[in-house]
Amino acid sequence: MTARFRIGDRVVVRTDTPAGHVRTPSYLKGKRGVVLRDMGDWPNPEKLAYGKPGWPRKTNYWVQFAMDEVWSGNGAYAAGDTVVAEIYEHWLEPDTTPETAS
Amino acid sequence: MATSHPTRKPHDMGGDPAGPVDRDEHEPTLVERRIDAMMQLLRQKPRAFWVTDENRRTIESLTPETYRDSSYYQKWCLAMRSLLVEKEVLTEDEIEARLAEVKARHRKGGGRP
Repeated sequence: MTARFRIGDRVVVRTDTPAGHVRTPSYLKGKRGVVLRDMGDWPNPEKLAYGKPGWPRKTNYWVQFAMDEVWSGNGAYAAGDTVVAEIYEHWLEPDTTPETAS
Repeated sequence: MATSHPTRKPHDMGGDPAGPVDRDEHEPTLVERRIDAMMQLLRQKPRAFWVTDENRRTIESLTPETYRDSSYYQKWCLAMRSLLVEKEVLTEDEIEARLAEVKARHRKGGGRP
């Protein structure tokens, strides 16, 4: 499977709320981040969870989010802090909004 | 505050108020070691009854109250029970019968045979 995203791509996490086992935490849904690392293709854990073989395999990415993007000032963190999460490709869309100055 | 989602399960708690993180560590207790060993035996070949993602799915399906009130290995134990029935390795009746047997033995002060 060809990787859908490249390192440095700006992405947004899908806001789907499917029933069942998902590997994307709710607090990141709809949040915008940057692809930091391609972790390779893996059997889809959301299928493995139901005894299926997990095909087609999905690319897993490390995606970096600014804490400000995730928490909008709620909570204790320093300016410039980030959070990195492993997100599977089917939870990501290209972020086509204009780049904000940072 | 995390966005509320209709399908959000009890493990999906990122952003919820939860107080300080408990960083206390302890040596695994005997019962924790036994639960761990049982999980390894059920997960390894030649049995390999389920994979880690099925274990996660089962633990996430616990009621919010059970999820909140159960320790890490209690959650494993509940998941094992549920998956053994789901995979038709054991029936609920078999588990209940064996539990009654063990409880009766303990009441007599017998402990393990």
